[in-house]
Amino acid sequence: MWDYTDKVKEYFLHPKNVGVLEDANAVGDVGSITCGDALKLMLKVDENEKIVDAKFQTFGCGSAIASSSALTEMVIGKTVEEAEKISNQDIADFLGGLPKEKMHCSVMGSEALEAAIANYRGIDLKIIEEEEGPLICQCFGIHEKLIEKTVMENDLKTIEEVTNYTKAGGGCETCHPAIEDIIEKVWKMKGKEVHVKEETPEKKPAMTNLQKIALITETIEKEIKPMLAQDGGDIELIDISGNEVLVALRGACSSCVSAYYTVDGIEDKLREMVYPDIVVKLQKD
Amino acid sequence: MDREVVYMDNNATTMVAPEVFEEMKPYLTQFYGNPSSMHTFGGQVGKKITEARSRVQALINAEHDTEIIFTSCGTESNSTAIFSALQAYPDRKEIITTRVEHPAILSLAPYLEKQGIAVVQLKVDKHGRLDMEEYAHFLKDDTALVTIMTANNETGTIFPVEEMAKMANERGVLFHTDAVQAAGKLPINMKESCINMISLSGHKLHAPKGIGTLYVRRGTKFRPFMRGGHQERNRRAGTENVASVIAMGKAAELAMTHLDDEGSKVKAMRDRLEKGILESVPRAIVNGDVENRLPNTSNISFEFIEGEGILLLMNDLNIASSSGSACTSGSLEPSHVLRAMGVPFTAAHGSIRFSLSRYNTMEEIDYVVDNLPPIIEKLRSISPFWKDGNPIMEFDPDYK
Repeated sequence: MWDYTDKVKEYFLHPKNVGVLEDANAVGDVGSITCGDALKLMLKVDENEKIVDAKFQTFGCGSAIASSSALTEMVIGKTVEEAEKISNQDIADFLGGLPKEKMHCSVMGSEALEAAIANYRGIDLKIIEEEEGPLICQCFGIHEKLIEKTVMENDLKTIEEVTNYTKAGGGCETCHPAIEDIIEKVWKMKGKEVHVKEETPEKKPAMTNLQKIALITETIEKEIKPMLAQDGGDIELIDISGNEVLVALRGACSSCVSAYYTVDGIEDKLREMVYPDIVVKLQKD
Repeated sequence: MDREVVYMDNNATTMVAPEVFEEMKPYLTQFYGNPSSMHTFGGQVGKKITEARSRVQALINAEHDTEIIFTSCGTESNSTAIFSALQAYPDRKEIITTRVEHPAILSLAPYLEKQGIAVVQLKVDKHGRLDMEEYAHFLKDDTALVTIMTANNETGTIFPVEEMAKMANERGVLFHTDAVQAAGKLPINMKESCINMISLSGHKLHAPKGIGTLYVRRGTKFRPFMRGGHQERNRRAGTENVASVIAMGKAAELAMTHLDDEGSKVKAMRDRLEKGILESVPRAIVNGDVENRLPNTSNISFEFIEGEGILLLMNDLNIASSSGSACTSGSLEPSHVLRAMGVPFTAAHGSIRFSLSRYNTMEEIDYVVDNLPPIIEKLRSISPFWKDGNPIMEFDPDYK
């Protein structure tokens, strides 16, 4: 069960401004039946560029219907210029918030508003489509520009957030790398760096056994021996077999109760300097 | 609304039967002994577990009571069956299942594939039926396990598991069935079957949540899923969930007594519900194999509207059911079962599953039949794809 606010419930159970506005002169049609939600927003704009009436028709879930109805309430009485400033976050705020998985309902509202205003100004929808940029999410038909705009306006930082707000990436997931690129690009424009991609540590190039043995010996001589010498101890390399490094502790270390902790320290050092799978074993006398 | 909940979501979970609760209660309060203990105080609990085991044995007509293993849920039973088969036959790297299985099975596929196990998912047709030729094609001597549900949880469609088990058996391949939805609704007879393993779940059967059963036919190679104790004859470690095991036994006994009611009383209610809705709502389609499905389940798509809205408006009238719509699950795509069946998006988004139990009444059926049509009408009046009682266009004319 979704955690809808009372206002969302109210606007869903008793939506205002449902239906067809016969003398609309600004119509925005977004979404599709395949994607699971669609909104037709109809506005009547008077000669002073003021929105005097608004109606909607929505196919979608409870929060899609509530967001659409809320949008009509928000635009009535505003000028086109004022209405243009309404963002998806404003719609969500008007409703007292939406569950994060449902933010795309508010984005659908702002998209429909944008389309209706373009329609009012006589801008050819085909040109808008060209401006949408390349198609990023095949599953839900989401273009680059919408993702960019939504990331920009809502400070989104992860793919999951982009999916919650636009649905992009919610299907087969093959567009995830492209969405990552968009997020990084937008944040660069904002003057900040965001790393969406999982940091994969650079793999050290594979070593031959001889190289490995040489590096282990060198690390013990140059790094570990001086470390132990401070406490009056010493170390001897006995054998290397696969990932296992067999050592013996000498001097003060050999009788030390913390010999095993010392081994951990040696292991850490070798893992850091040589490769991460090394296991250090202590030779028993 | 003063009306108590009209509960039509029994494929999700069921009410604990009052008799079941009475039976388990003393084992939560008075008789708290450990059934493994030497003293009488614990030992008497052990006896009660034996009784529960033979009650479950009776429900599925198993040859031996030792074939019944109590688990924590249907999902554990399913996982046990799958991993047991893979461990028992380490050279076999393939399992066969269907595209419409419960997530308890299907969501294991990516994990298994990473381990190098091929997971064949059989197709279904638009009625949700399997293609036996496709099955025969994939069934090989080196298949580790076939796991196919007895009946689908979303549409109620029943699969020919006995026939499929026989085919597997002839190739020396283990057969497991998730009978979580079927138990108590369809007769199950293990004495005349070659199914190797069956999963059952208590809470779909009027026992509480947190108890399941895995039937393992004697002679079936088995490797435990949970180790660390001798319980369940070393096949499922961990101190028994005593009260729930006893509840499961009682629920199984009740299910046997009421088995005939499912096919008559419950089915009559389901049919009346479905008929009533279809008669008064245009463009409503029943999903699944209507000739061959569970007697309690009806999955209906209401075209051109979205399921969540229907659920919320029904919820407002205290009617509880569920939907295959994307919006209700948090995922963005509608039910994998309906998509596998090729149900068009115009219908898949608006699907509602009604699942009844013997605790429903005809009065409740009539309440839903009376109240649902205005809900559908209201949502369609909001939909841009619907105008004056008709869709504005046909989206997928080929689909019937």
